[in-house]
Amino acid sequence: MPSASRDIIVSNKLGLHARPAMQFVDLANQFKSDIKVTKFGDEPGEADGKSVMEMIILAATEGTRMRIDAEGEDAEDAVTKLVGLFESKFGEED
Amino acid sequence: MEIKKGIGVSPGVVIGTAFVLDAEDLVVPRRQVAPAETGGEAERLGRAIAESMVELTDLRNAVEAKHGKELAGIFDFHLRILKDKSLLKQILAEINKNRSSAEYALSTVTRRSAQMFAEMKDKYFADRVKDIYDIERRVLRHLLGEKREDLSHLARDVVVIAHDMLPSQTAALDKLHVKGFATDVGGRTSHTAIVARAMGIPAVVGLGDITTEISGGDQVIIDGNRGVVIINPDEEQLAEHRELERKQVKFEAELTALSALPARTLDGHEVSLWANIEFPVDIDGALARGAGGIGLYRTEFLYLATADDHEVTEEEHYEAYADSLRRLGGKPLVIRTLDLGADKQTQARAASPERNPFLGDRSIRMCLHDIPMFKRQLRAIMRATVLGDVRIMFPMISTLMELRQAKMVLNDVMEELEDDSIPFRRDIPIGIMVEVPAAAYMANHFAKEVNFFSIGTNDLVQYMLAVDRTNERVAGLFCPAHPAVLGLVRDVIRAGARNSIGVSVCGEMAGDPLYTLLLLGLGLNTFSMNGPDIPEVKKIIRSTTLENARQVARKVMSFDSERQVMHFLREETRKFIPEAF
Repeated sequence: MPSASRDIIVSNKLGLHARPAMQFVDLANQFKSDIKVTKFGDEPGEADGKSVMEMIILAATEGTRMRIDAEGEDAEDAVTKLVGLFESKFGEED
Repeated sequence: MEIKKGIGVSPGVVIGTAFVLDAEDLVVPRRQVAPAETGGEAERLGRAIAESMVELTDLRNAVEAKHGKELAGIFDFHLRILKDKSLLKQILAEINKNRSSAEYALSTVTRRSAQMFAEMKDKYFADRVKDIYDIERRVLRHLLGEKREDLSHLARDVVVIAHDMLPSQTAALDKLHVKGFATDVGGRTSHTAIVARAMGIPAVVGLGDITTEISGGDQVIIDGNRGVVIINPDEEQLAEHRELERKQVKFEAELTALSALPARTLDGHEVSLWANIEFPVDIDGALARGAGGIGLYRTEFLYLATADDHEVTEEEHYEAYADSLRRLGGKPLVIRTLDLGADKQTQARAASPERNPFLGDRSIRMCLHDIPMFKRQLRAIMRATVLGDVRIMFPMISTLMELRQAKMVLNDVMEELEDDSIPFRRDIPIGIMVEVPAAAYMANHFAKEVNFFSIGTNDLVQYMLAVDRTNERVAGLFCPAHPAVLGLVRDVIRAGARNSIGVSVCGEMAGDPLYTLLLLGLGLNTFSMNGPDIPEVKKIIRSTTLENARQVARKVMSFDSERQVMHFLREETRKFIPEAF
């Protein structure tokens, strides 16, 4: 089963609050692969990338380091697109 | 299973089913279902969620059309949560693994999630708790459909769990089926405490966040004696508390049998056991427990139970007194004039709150500063004197001048009533609350100018020991057994006897079985307490002799520490009521 993984840093000001979390989950749900998101730091956590509840509870604030893992036939594509979302700061202008 | 500690404000133990009162008074009817029904519950859940999603989508579209995408965003969020597979998985697991009803499963999981959110440091996330509850309520509404349980018509016995109980809510409650209370906030004098004591059911308040920890339908133990609430107790705890409950029921039955019997010692000395009330309706319960009269009617509750901007009228006073006398059927009613000021409500309403309310413009001082308000109450009291045995008592008197002033205003009122040809009885007995140490020390002087004393031990102890009993940091220092307090109480009782006036104790000490022997032995003839406390005090009095009580009192007065006093009294009292402590 193909898999892919990338580390990213949360760069938008308000962190991974409701709107970005929803965007992430909407995108993740379009892929067949299982998506796992890991949060590093003093309060580490793990979430199912397709569950908005779990993503919000991660409470990832600005500057948090995270890892996106995908496992499935479209793993590579999933990780690339999801990382792209983070890098575009979820469309929030500073 | 979870144990939560709060403040026990009404004694007793009860094991019951939780009824959680929230803004919409929605009730979770059933906790568990039979194994064969789990499929059905999952289906009901699915339908309710689908219906909620349709509702939310419509709502979202309507808001977007009217107010734009930003505000509609919150409903998008709710929709995402409802669609969340992980949440659904958890709820279905509750249904299938624990055989929970759809409502209970939903409630359990959402509360769990809400708790996680609430614990987050970032305020934005913590605020999302409201959203979780909103979503829960929406789905619950669809699940319950028409089957919403009505607060005032409960089908079975419950214990009510709420953030706080307001007078409007307790007024609507089906009192027959409510067996206990537990609230997030509150203290000994909050409305919940008062109603629970009047109803004679256990209550624990100040639990902090009990409403987020309990789901409707949960099994709960409320221990009003120890101030503990146990959620979903295990077998051992259940057994232990069932035993306590059983013993209590038996004990209560014995005590009720006492209500018809006189409070007379074995050697024939009889005393009066009266009750303290806040509302006329409390009288019924008090009489059922054997009260011989009302030794303290806390009239300030006429004010506290009304809206902020409402001035209590003379008629409202009069109605309350007339109602009380009707219920008393000839038994005496001691009305204490307004003792307002140090309470939170008055301070909150005040134009300029005082820095030290307990020592401030309260009670009789406030009345003498507002003669029109004072006269409204006095007129009503005087008019009521023709309806029964009414006696009047002034609180917080600290100087003879104050007492004389109050009596002068009372005289004015009598003159005015006479001018208006309104009937009243001029010979109304007039007394004072002895609670300010200055008055207690001058009891001999005061005794010559009143018909009776009532020792307000609650405030007397606070003033004498310089302790605010509502301040958790020092509340432990509050102790009526302090030898200085006991000495003063003894002296006031003696001053009363020397001047042939009646003396009663109306503070908590009167209803505390620990002090019954002592007070009896010091010569107290009238005890005024909460109705439910009467039977136990009576039992002690009926089980001892006056001679024995006097010996106990003599011994106690020789001690120099509260601890010694309390230990000795506990030992002596256990000889009559082993189950009391």
